[in-house]
Amino acid sequence: MPLIDLANPSRFLALVGKMLPWLVAATLVALAAGLWQALFVAPDDYQQGATVKIMFVHVPSAWLAMAIWALMSIAALGTLAWRHPLADVAAKAAAPLGAGFTFLCLLTGSLWGRPMWGTYWVWDARLTSVLVMFLMYLGLIALWRTVEDPSRAGRAAAILTLVGAINLPIIKFSVDWWNTLHQPASVVRVGGPAIHPSILVPLLTMALALTLLFATLHLAAMRNEILRRRVRTMQMLAAQGASA
Amino acid sequence: MISLKALLIRDVRIAVRIGGGALMGVLFFLSIVTLTPFALGPDLKLLARIGPAILWIGALLASLLALDRLFAADHEDGSLDLILMGRAPLELVVAAKALAHWLTTGLPLVIASPILGLILNLDANAIAAVAATLLVGTPALTYMGTIGAALAVTLRRGGLLLPVLVLPLTIPVLIFGVAAANAAAGGTVSFAAPFTILCALTLMSIVVGPFAAAAALRAGME
Repeated sequence: MPLIDLANPSRFLALVGKMLPWLVAATLVALAAGLWQALFVAPDDYQQGATVKIMFVHVPSAWLAMAIWALMSIAALGTLAWRHPLADVAAKAAAPLGAGFTFLCLLTGSLWGRPMWGTYWVWDARLTSVLVMFLMYLGLIALWRTVEDPSRAGRAAAILTLVGAINLPIIKFSVDWWNTLHQPASVVRVGGPAIHPSILVPLLTMALALTLLFATLHLAAMRNEILRRRVRTMQMLAAQGASA
Repeated sequence: MISLKALLIRDVRIAVRIGGGALMGVLFFLSIVTLTPFALGPDLKLLARIGPAILWIGALLASLLALDRLFAADHEDGSLDLILMGRAPLELVVAAKALAHWLTTGLPLVIASPILGLILNLDANAIAAVAATLLVGTPALTYMGTIGAALAVTLRRGGLLLPVLVLPLTIPVLIFGVAAANAAAGGTVSFAAPFTILCALTLMSIVVGPFAAAAALRAGME
C-alpha cells in the first residue's frame, strides 16, 4: 500500500485497529523470550557478575533513542516537504517515547555504573552526549507543548528536529574530543573480547522486543493524537455554533 | 543587496539608540563575571585557571539573553510582516539581521572581554586567546540562536523556550572555544586544532542558521 493512502486518517485508524492486537501479542512474546534469555540463559560476566544483565535493557534503549530521532527526522521531512498529514502526528507521538527510552538508557547506565565504576555518573563522552540528546528531546517536547495550533507546532518542531539531526553528530564529535582532552581516570571500559553468542542472542532478542514495544506504543499514541485532534476540532465547531 | 544593506544599517541604528539596549548584554556580561568570584572565592590562581571558562560562559549567556530581541521588536510593530513579503530572499534577510545583531551584541562582548580578563588575573597570552576565540565564536552563537529566535518569535510564552532550544546547540562552540583559549594559556594541546574547528563551526552555523530560521519564520507567520 503506498504511503499516500495512509494520508486519510480514517483509513490509518482502521489499519492501526487491525494491527495493534497482533503487535501487542508479538511484543509480549518477544519481551518474554528476551527477558527469559537475559535473566536465566545468558551467563553472568566473570568480572561483573549479575549486573551485566542491565545491559540487555541499557543497550537496546540507547539504540532506540538514536533510531527514534532518525524516525522523527524522516517524519520532519514528510511534514516540510510533502505536508503529509500523518507525518507530524508520527513525530509528535515519537518525541515522548524517544525521551522515555533516552531516560531509560541514562537510568540503567547510572544504576550499572554505581557497582562497576563506583559512581552514579561520570562525565564520560557517551554519557554526556546521551544526556545532551535527552535535553534536546525535552526541548522538542516543550516546543510541541507551547504552540496551540497542531499544524504550526508540527512545522516548528520539524525544523528543530532537522537542526537537531545535523547537530547531534557534531555534538557527539565535540564531546568525544572534549573527553579525550580531559582524560578521565576512573572509567573502566567494558571493551575486551568481542561479544560471545551467549550474550549476543539475548541482546538482539531484547532489542527486537523493545523495538516492537516502541512500534506498539507509537501506533497507539498516533491513534490517540488523531482522536485528540478530532475532539479539538469538534469542540471548536461546537463553540462556534454556541456563540453564533 | 541595497535593501539588505539598508536593513543592516537600520537594525544597527535601532539597536544603538535609546530603547535599543545594545550595551545591556555587556552590562550583563560584566555582572556575571563580577558575581563568579563571590561564589568561588577571591583566589587569583584559581580564577586565572578557570578564567577563560568563566568568560566564555558569561559571553554565551549574555548573547543568549539578547537573542529574543532579534525578531520580537519587528514582530510587535509589524515590520516583520513587511520584511517577509519583500522581494529580498528571506534567508539573506535573516543573515543580514543576524549580522546586525552580532555587531551590536556580540562584538561589544569581544571588546569587553580583555578588561574582564584582567580582573580575572589572566595573563596577556590568555587574554588575547579569549578575545580571539570570542571574536570567532560569538557569530556562531548568534547564527545558531537565530533558529531559536525565529521559532519563539510568534509564541506568546516563548520566553524560557528560547534558551532551552538553543543551549544544547551551542555545546560544540563552547567546547572548542574554551579548549582553544586554554591551549593558548598554556595547555598540552595545540591552539590551532580547536581554533580551526571553532572557525568551521562558525562557518557552518552561518550557513545552517539563516536557512532554518527562515523556514521557521515562514512556518510561524502563516
